[in-house]
Amino acid sequence: MSSLYSSGLHSHRSQSNRAPLGCGGTGDSHHRCIEIMDVELGYSLQPVSLIALLPHAHFLLHSLSPSSCLAMCSQDIRNTVGNIPMEWYKDYPHIGYDLDGKKIFKPIRTKDELDEFLDKMENPDYWRTVHNKMTGTDLRLSDEQVDLVHRLQQGKFGDVNFNEYEPAIDFFSSEVMIHPVTNRPEDKRSFIPSLIEKEKVGKLVHAIKMGWIKPRRPKETAPKYYDLWAQEDLNTVLGRHKMHIPAPKMRLPGHEESYNPPPEYLLTEEEKLAWEQQDPEDRRVSFLPQKYSCLRAVPAFSRFIHERFERCLDLYLCPRQRKMRVNVNPEDLIPKLPKPKDLQPFPTTQSLVYRGHTSLVRSISVSPSGQWLVSGSDDCTVRFWEVSTARCLKTVEVSGAVKSVAWSPNPAVCLVAIMLLNPGLGDKFICSATDQLISSYEEPEESKEQSVQWTIAEGSDHEHGQRLILKHPKAVRQVTWHGKGDYLACVMPDDNSSLQVVIHQVSKRRTQNPFRKSKGMVQCVSFHPIRPYFFVATQRYVRVYNLIKQELTKKLMANCKWISSMAVHPGGDNVICGSYDCRLAWFDLDLSTKPYKMLRHHKKALRGVAYHKHYPLFASGSDDGSVIVCHGMVYNDLLQNPLIVPVKVLKGHTITHDLGVLDVAFHPSQPWVFSSGADGTVRLFT
Amino acid sequence: MGGLQKKKYESGSATNYISRNKARKKLSLSLADFRRLCILKGIYPHEPKHKKKVNKGSTAQKTFYLLKDIRFLLHEPIVGKFREYKIFVRKLRKAYGKGEWGGVEKLRENKPAYKLDHIVKERYPTFVDALRDVDDALSMCFLFSTFARTGKCHVETIQLCRRLSVEWMNYIVASRSLRKIFLSIKGIYYQAEVLGQTITWLVPYQFAHDHPTDVDYRVMATFTEFYTTLLGFVNFRLYQTLNLVYPPKLDGKGETELRAEFEEDYAMDSESYLEKLSALSASLARVISSAEDEEAELDHFPVEGDDMEKMEAREKAQQEQDRQKKLFEGLKFFLNREVPRESLAFVLRCFGAQVSWDKSLCIGSTYDVTDETVTHHIVDRPSLDKQYMNRYYIQPQWVYDSVNAKMLLPVEDYFLGVTLPPHLSPFVEEKDGDYVPPERLKLLALQRGERPEQDEEEDEEEDEEEEEDDDDDNDDGEEEEEEAEEEVKLKNMEEKRTQGKAVSAKVTPGKAKQENRQRLEQEEKAEEKRLAIMMMKKKDKYLYDKIMFGKKRKVREANKMAAKRKALDEASKSDRKKKLKK
Repeated sequence: MSSLYSSGLHSHRSQSNRAPLGCGGTGDSHHRCIEIMDVELGYSLQPVSLIALLPHAHFLLHSLSPSSCLAMCSQDIRNTVGNIPMEWYKDYPHIGYDLDGKKIFKPIRTKDELDEFLDKMENPDYWRTVHNKMTGTDLRLSDEQVDLVHRLQQGKFGDVNFNEYEPAIDFFSSEVMIHPVTNRPEDKRSFIPSLIEKEKVGKLVHAIKMGWIKPRRPKETAPKYYDLWAQEDLNTVLGRHKMHIPAPKMRLPGHEESYNPPPEYLLTEEEKLAWEQQDPEDRRVSFLPQKYSCLRAVPAFSRFIHERFERCLDLYLCPRQRKMRVNVNPEDLIPKLPKPKDLQPFPTTQSLVYRGHTSLVRSISVSPSGQWLVSGSDDCTVRFWEVSTARCLKTVEVSGAVKSVAWSPNPAVCLVAIMLLNPGLGDKFICSATDQLISSYEEPEESKEQSVQWTIAEGSDHEHGQRLILKHPKAVRQVTWHGKGDYLACVMPDDNSSLQVVIHQVSKRRTQNPFRKSKGMVQCVSFHPIRPYFFVATQRYVRVYNLIKQELTKKLMANCKWISSMAVHPGGDNVICGSYDCRLAWFDLDLSTKPYKMLRHHKKALRGVAYHKHYPLFASGSDDGSVIVCHGMVYNDLLQNPLIVPVKVLKGHTITHDLGVLDVAFHPSQPWVFSSGADGTVRLFT
Repeated sequence: MGGLQKKKYESGSATNYISRNKARKKLSLSLADFRRLCILKGIYPHEPKHKKKVNKGSTAQKTFYLLKDIRFLLHEPIVGKFREYKIFVRKLRKAYGKGEWGGVEKLRENKPAYKLDHIVKERYPTFVDALRDVDDALSMCFLFSTFARTGKCHVETIQLCRRLSVEWMNYIVASRSLRKIFLSIKGIYYQAEVLGQTITWLVPYQFAHDHPTDVDYRVMATFTEFYTTLLGFVNFRLYQTLNLVYPPKLDGKGETELRAEFEEDYAMDSESYLEKLSALSASLARVISSAEDEEAELDHFPVEGDDMEKMEAREKAQQEQDRQKKLFEGLKFFLNREVPRESLAFVLRCFGAQVSWDKSLCIGSTYDVTDETVTHHIVDRPSLDKQYMNRYYIQPQWVYDSVNAKMLLPVEDYFLGVTLPPHLSPFVEEKDGDYVPPERLKLLALQRGERPEQDEEEDEEEDEEEEEDDDDDNDDGEEEEEEAEEEVKLKNMEEKRTQGKAVSAKVTPGKAKQENRQRLEQEEKAEEKRLAIMMMKKKDKYLYDKIMFGKKRKVREANKMAAKRKALDEASKSDRKKKLKK
């Protein structure tokens, strides 16, 4: 009960309400009274409100007027049985014991229901009568007491005069502290000067006196300048400065940066557009030139800070390197060559055009006498021309596109070897219809099995001049004669076959296959003019075989992708190779297996190369439609390297189907060059 | 034989270089501190000759420093200061965190500071070295002095930069060493010749800066830190050479002249002096007051031959320079309020003019608009209400152009409201083959002393010349065309012949073909050259092609410019004619 009481108090009231608490805890009897009262009250009041009443019931008795209190005290019928169920005294005449130990007797009259009812009906004070269980008497509550009950019921304070909203008076806070935290009296030492402090101060004073402690220096704000270079001693210059690369100064502005430049420096609309589309790094000037009518109109340059910052970055971030500037006079780079004028004769102008072919002229050859020219074309004809008049003397129609023609170099016989594309058909020997008949070449002697079928042309073929037909198993691409005119070699390019090159002997009508194994696709072959050597050009290499010893003597590295043509110098020690990657390689067989010179004169693939028999000339024909004639002097002195000087660029052929000049050939005695082109013409340059 | 096998990358160039990260680790500095150190000490990366060797076989992109440079940095006392500063920052942060305000204050007072004097001396062992490198320092200081005093950097830095730039300008005025000025769209370029060194600097126009966000101001501030130190010492030394008092003081006469009534209103005491200095209208005090025109006369030495010529040329140049120095002497200028006062006052004073402006515009004006003796009034507006009789009203470009031309140009082209002639860069030195704008040619003629009276005729002559040039260019083409024509004719004939048709035999009187011998020779030579070029080595050919490409491009550009100019001139001429007709 007391806990309820106190908790209630705490929850409602501030500390100032503690005073009644002290009084409330005086004795047990008070409690008991209340107990009785409560029960009695309970029947007239709501049972729920009773709980609310309980804590305040205590005041009831105390707050009663002194007179009524005295009246109760004079009777002093306090029961001492304690808090027990009163039913226990039901059968006794007394109800308990008073303070003196005497029995308290129950009132004589016990009311029955009827009395009770009558009393309720008649007694006007019935509502304020409370039955005291302990004494068994009825008690009539005074007005004050009723009032108090009402107040308590409403949850108000019992005391009417109590003001619950009195201002709180602080007595302990950050500002007010009426009670000391500790009541300990001050020490004595707090009234005596400290010795340690005295010592410290003494030391400081001494230090100040001695000048050890100085007042703080005023801060220097402005930097001080003086003559830093008063003693310039060059000996103190560090070695680093010799390595130092000073930063280049910024470029000085040109006219275009002016605020009012000449009008031609301003960009046109297209230039402006191009400038804007360029990357900032690629721009030649980093700003757009602008023109302002007066100085007043010039705005601030928006990238000023940027440019200065970039300069800063350049200064400390850019790696520096001393670069030697090439200050070359371009004229000095051009090699000093002998003048072409001094190297005459060489062909200089186009003098004759041989027309008649309707398709590209693949191959040409000149008779050893220099009187006749034979040309083979894709239009399945072979034409014979008179060199000096450009007249076509004879046309031989064959059954396929002519790939290669070669005039026998033997001046005593008049033989032309013709290659045909038509598979199954091979070479044909044509005895030209002139008077020089060949009598000695048909001597059927042996009957070996050969890969090539030799047949004698008969009938109309014979009348056309064909004499021998050699049937090859594959398409033949090139034919070439040995210098004496008895042997001829044919090329049948095929990647994996061992039968790519065959050598025929005309006098014995014999064919042999010199190579057992293929070493790549053969492009062209050639005989050495003097010695028994045989040159075979594959895609990248030129192999030189000794025909007598039957061995490989040399392998020339051409340093190009795909060899197209080859020619051997009449001296036999130098070879030129034309390639499809625009290069011409000059090999000096005595010098090295690598090219002595690579000439990149042509703009497009080379198709044909040729040496002159007597003059130190060679020519190359290319897809760019030009024939370049070079002076290629080979000295007898082995120590002197060949001299190569380009002397003339001959143009004349038109380019058709991306093909220009297909073959070149020199006149055997004159410094003339023939060229055949894809435009179906053969041209003579003299 | 004995001896250990040589290991790769343990000698030679691999050991002479060090990558940036390694260098940083070696110095045990943070990247920011390393950057600062490199800027202050002037250490820059080097590009090794063989990058792969240095990079131990790798071709990755890396910056390399010379190992010697980094070793040299190891002994730098400033590195210690950097570390102290780092510690200071740490302590300060701690004190803040603990709320020890007294400690914070104490730390603040003892903030470690360093001086760059020794670095300046070390980087520039002689004064001339320093002077040679002062370009960037000046540009930077002039830029920083125009910054607003908020944000981006310390106010003290800005003030110091302003002070140093004003000192520099005063020196240039006192020594009269300004040579060229160029008004570009970026700012104003000035070129001065100080003790034989050509120094160029760029000053932005007076506008508030729009500070970009992608610029690291710390880098700029570090540079400025060094540059201010350098410039301070350079200024001191320069003032010493002229016997001027440093820090600069106005001489007594000037000071009394400049004392205005409303001085107190104009600026604070601490700032007014600098303002007065920056007005540039008064001369500076000298340590020993001496006659102002004390020019060292060139002594004459008896010399012969080539030396004689050189000597004469030098003398001539010297005389010309002297004349330029006194270009505006005796003239009295008045600046209207819309012209850039500082720039104009600087330039005019550099060449000996007297200059003044409106009193309310700036401190230090010496005379008023109403002064009768004013000879030139510089105005940058289309018209002026009240004009005085005895003075020229000209646009500011006249001053700059006159300085660049080293002579007083005719004022007619620069009157009020007149369309100005183009402003040309004085820094361009034309070599033969470059495009030279016609204005420049006119100017050169003026300088030679020719009168520009027959403007139109000259123009026409020029045109003709150009046409001739064009002819030369077209020559080759024409020849080729001729050849082609002949070829076509021949072809037709041949075709007819081969087809066996009867060619209508018609004999026409042949024209005697005049063979131009010269041309033939030229052709021959050209062909020879072409053939020789074919025989060049690959390496030489590459170089040759490159050089020729550059040359051709140059010619092409010059031609393009000339053509553009011609078209523009014609357009403007026709416009003028139309107007006249109307």
